[in-house]
Amino acid sequence: MGVGLAVAGDPALESARGHGAEQARQFFYYMSMMREVEDRIERKLYRQGKIVGGVYVGRGQEAIPVGAGLAAAPDDMLFPSHRDMALYLIRGVHPRQIFAQYMGRIGGLTRGRDGNMHMGDLRLKIVAIISAMAASVPVAAGAAFAMKYKGTRDVACCFFGDGATSRGDWHEGLNLASVQRLPLVLICNNNQYAYSTPVEKQMACANVADRGPAYGIPAEIVDGNDVFAVNSAALRGVEHARRGLGPYLIECKTFRMTGHSAHDPADYVPNHLWKTWGQRDPIDRARDVILANQWAEPEELTLIESGIRREVDSAIEWAENSPYPDASELLEDVYER
Amino acid sequence: MCTSANSFMTTTYLEAIRQGLWEELERDPDVFLLGEDIGVYGGAFKVTAGMLERFGEQRVVDTPISESAIVGAAIGASFMGLRPVVEIQFSDFISCAYDQIVNFAAKCRYRWGAGVPIVIRAPSGGGIHGGPFHSQNPEAAFVHTPGLKVIAPATAYDAKGLIKSAIRDNDPVLFFEHKALYRRIKEDLPEEAYTVPIGKAKVVREGRHLSIVTYGAMVHVALEAAQLLDGEGISIEVVDLRTLLPLDEETVLASVKKTSKAILLHEDTITGGLGGELSARISERAFEYLDGPIVRIAAPDTPVPYSPPLEEAFLPNLSKVVEKARWLHRY
Ligand SMILES: Cc1ncc(C[n+]2csc(CCOP(=O)(O)OP(=O)(O)O)c2C)c(N)n1
Repeated sequence: MGVGLAVAGDPALESARGHGAEQARQFFYYMSMMREVEDRIERKLYRQGKIVGGVYVGRGQEAIPVGAGLAAAPDDMLFPSHRDMALYLIRGVHPRQIFAQYMGRIGGLTRGRDGNMHMGDLRLKIVAIISAMAASVPVAAGAAFAMKYKGTRDVACCFFGDGATSRGDWHEGLNLASVQRLPLVLICNNNQYAYSTPVEKQMACANVADRGPAYGIPAEIVDGNDVFAVNSAALRGVEHARRGLGPYLIECKTFRMTGHSAHDPADYVPNHLWKTWGQRDPIDRARDVILANQWAEPEELTLIESGIRREVDSAIEWAENSPYPDASELLEDVYER
Repeated sequence: MCTSANSFMTTTYLEAIRQGLWEELERDPDVFLLGEDIGVYGGAFKVTAGMLERFGEQRVVDTPISESAIVGAAIGASFMGLRPVVEIQFSDFISCAYDQIVNFAAKCRYRWGAGVPIVIRAPSGGGIHGGPFHSQNPEAAFVHTPGLKVIAPATAYDAKGLIKSAIRDNDPVLFFEHKALYRRIKEDLPEEAYTVPIGKAKVVREGRHLSIVTYGAMVHVALEAAQLLDGEGISIEVVDLRTLLPLDEETVLASVKKTSKAILLHEDTITGGLGGELSARISERAFEYLDGPIVRIAAPDTPVPYSPPLEEAFLPNLSKVVEKARWLHRY
């Protein structure tokens, strides 16, 4: 956590131009909240045996859902991937609902029917993750189709990892959206691994962005650990889609600072990568930029962080007091009541 | 000290599959593995651990996340004389390869005389709090597909013997491995090489009063129920199907004719599940032997829920089987 000097030469300083104090603090808040919630889940609750299912976190990638999620307008539809918790926070899902979801309690968005980030709420315009990688891309294209059909100025934002771009659904979804010129913003977190598989075994081209032009889709690459850069790119993508110019692809270069899931020690990741990317932590970088621009005093940021910890403490308490669903609920809601 | 220390060690279900794969890789240079994270990582469940190191990158292929391409490529390689063994990371994602399996692999021999000697391994089943996308039992859809063979072993012995038979078989074989059994059950395996024939069920416990016909993880639930009810004077025969397609009707009918009562038990959801098919065959071919209604015990028609109380209510278990068996015995 450097102050002032440590940030010298960080391109984030440049990309933060045009952003203001209030927005920067908002970035900082959501990234820190996501980190805190996920740290508690992965490093505390999971290890205490309080989470019985899978845990997939986005440590080190927080700038992507935060930067892009805040570029979308409230009526735009979000299609998160499994490392995009901040999208839920931005759309108003409370941390206590997330903890309850992970713990299989009725206070979670799915009332215990599904776990982890597998949740959604159409009222909040956030669609539940489809576990099969990239399956949400054609679905997002369909939402974008409906927006165009109805003549709204909304857009759909679809999030996925580098590995997901190997699925046929990804390619079919992009192609369809492009042919139909649909308002679809495609946001890739290229964290360089899909489970244990490094990106060079996933695709033979250098960048996910290289695949855009093949479908007639403009694409750009951004530093996925620079929340200001991600936000600016997402704003460009959203604007492009809103103007009726068709889909737009953004590849955010980042790194998964954790195993694939909580049970994966990730010993296939060479040490130097942990080290290099550990120095590019998106929250540390945002903090440095904020301080360098005098958008906040250090004490204010500390206050934000301690506020988050308190909020998370009480959210966990709330979730632990949320009951498990009763077995009698098992058969409900397979169909409309 | 025993020189072959390995032979007397009890072997888990997971290790048995690993051994079966390993022995076939050693035996036949045309056998190769492909799937997601099976090489460097050794597979999501570690079934292929150590195989990359032993057999090299050409025979243990880490693929992109591309189920349809993986299965399609396996089919193509099999035309050229190779014997591919695919791992689908979770059977829930086998749907991504549905077209290649159902519309191509399954129909090749019938349409144009080409055998498709591929094996598709798919970890399946619930009881591990995997939720709707990591717990399903998709076998019924494939049992409904002529041209495929479908296997669901319940024991370490059968898992090893059947994976070896599957690899040597000249038709496409789906091999559903139950995740909840991977590390939970173990047994002593023979030192010498063996295979278990495809298409043969097995009476795993003899009994007189009623038959439970089942497969996969539910075989163990049935055996537990039989053990418990033995103390109440109810003698239960347990038939482990082992292969779901082609069905060993003969063994099933022989058991039901002997006991005159049948419970069909599976973890898959009830509607369109294997129990319905078995029930139809029993009533068609052994109706006059029956002394009671055919009873199905299966999961209800919902997705597999995540939260423990819901999943517990969803899965068939010992108490549900015991209750139904008592009822049928009294009938
Ligand atoms: C179709 C499909 N196959 C396999 C899986 C199992 N799986 C879950 S996440 C994952 C890796 C995903 O990698 P990537 O798309 O790069 O996203 P990341 O986890 O790196 O964010 C795999 C193989 C799946 N969910 N869906």
